Amino acid sequence: MFSIYCPYCEEHREEEEFHAKGQAHIARPLDADNCSDQEWGEYLYFRNNPRGLHHELWVHATGCRKFFNIARDTQSYEIKETYKIGAQSKFPLTNDQ
Amino acid sequence: MQKYSGFGLLKHALSYHENWQRAWRNPKPKKKYDVIIVGGGGHGLATAYYLAKNHNITNIAVVEKGYLGGGNTARNTTIVRSNYLWDESAHLYEHAMKLWEGLSQDLNYNVMFSQRGVLNLGHTQQDMRDIERRVNANRLNGIDGEVLDTQQVSEIVPIMDCSANTRYPVMGASWQPRAGVARHDAVAWGYARAADLMGVDLIQQCEVVDILQEDGAAIGVETKQHGTIKADRIGCVVAGNSSVLAKMAGFTLPLESHPLQALVSEPIKPILDTVVMSNHVHGYVSQSDKGDLVIGAGIDGYTGYGQRGSYATIEHTVQAIVELFPIFSRVRMNRQWGGIVDTCPDACPIISATPVENLFFNCGWGTGGFKATPGSGNVFAATLAKGEAHEMAKPFSMFRFWDGSLIDEHGAAGVAH
Repeated sequence: MFSIYCPYCEEHREEEEFHAKGQAHIARPLDADNCSDQEWGEYLYFRNNPRGLHHELWVHATGCRKFFNIARDTQSYEIKETYKIGAQSKFPLTNDQ
Repeated sequence: MQKYSGFGLLKHALSYHENWQRAWRNPKPKKKYDVIIVGGGGHGLATAYYLAKNHNITNIAVVEKGYLGGGNTARNTTIVRSNYLWDESAHLYEHAMKLWEGLSQDLNYNVMFSQRGVLNLGHTQQDMRDIERRVNANRLNGIDGEVLDTQQVSEIVPIMDCSANTRYPVMGASWQPRAGVARHDAVAWGYARAADLMGVDLIQQCEVVDILQEDGAAIGVETKQHGTIKADRIGCVVAGNSSVLAKMAGFTLPLESHPLQALVSEPIKPILDTVVMSNHVHGYVSQSDKGDLVIGAGIDGYTGYGQRGSYATIEHTVQAIVELFPIFSRVRMNRQWGGIVDTCPDACPIISATPVENLFFNCGWGTGGFKATPGSGNVFAATLAKGEAHEMAKPFSMFRFWDGSLIDEHGAAGVAH
């Protein structure tokens, strides 16, 4: 059971108020009309699924209903950081994958 | 190797069962194999067995970082059924079902396959429409199935609250009489023993840390305990860790690994002689031969490799079970655990070649792999033997996520497995 700090409410709340929404920071292809099938398929479906540090998108569904990011260890489940949309993580994204 | 039989059981009773042979060897790995299978769970062991039995390839190693059948094979709720909606998946799971029906004889190992039937409940009009559609599709594919109304459901499971007083009244169900349960550990042990007998090396406590490549082709694996082991072909059957192995090989998969939880109650007298699943309120329950209720929860929403999930997920499931079975409200739960399931966006598996030559993956079974164990091993063995996808495996290529030919079993298959 996680106790998650919502960077908008600025409070720790119980996990049940939140929903996990998968990998964070997925960039939509800039020229979507001219993507190859492979590029578009990878944007839609292929995901980093690291055993270790992972950057994820969460939503405070029954709270402020805002989306934010979590950097979390998927093996120890330790939440290392929560940060607002648009902010930079303290942990480099390249370690994910 | 001793053949297991009723007579053998009697014979060994005379010596207090102290002289049984070991079920399989514990060999040191050779330098090179024709095929290496990474992952010694049910699917991996079945793959090794069918490679040896059907394709005459016996120079095989199964490399397992823990012990045989210690992952999801030991953590599922043992349900076996084949009532999937789409042709591709229905054919695959029915292929498995037919193998299940002769498996104990085939392996000379009692896998305790019990065709006690599976009910997939409907609680809304849309549920019932989906059930009708799915049962009709099943029957066109030669898979048994019936649509039952509330009365018929309550005749099969009299202890279930089928009244109109529940929050989500039972409106009916799909019923597959040939479906049922099997003893999950016995499936792994049976395949392991039968494969070992044909010369397959089962190498436990041997963790793969790298996939070795030369000119874009896989040539072997690097292991933590036994160094380099080479192979002509490599098959990865590692469920929740598939993405980790794919990363070693240099590509990503359309997978996310989630914790999936289950729990069992204290043993009680026989009270439930079938399997009840409900997608809408999300819970499924059966009773094992030992007497405990085996209850499956849903996956946790977040990705995780910790083999444990959140308590709230269990609570939701138990609420649903108690709503359906008020008689269970005071049964105490004994044990709870989690397994790591590799879920695919279309809830169908990947049995596929990869961007790396001679490297094949069998993964993405998500929450419902146990029921497919024999079929999965069978078609993956054929795929590894020929170096190209078996006819039944072709639709399950990982490249379907590039061209969009997904097999959308989400929700259509009765329950989240």
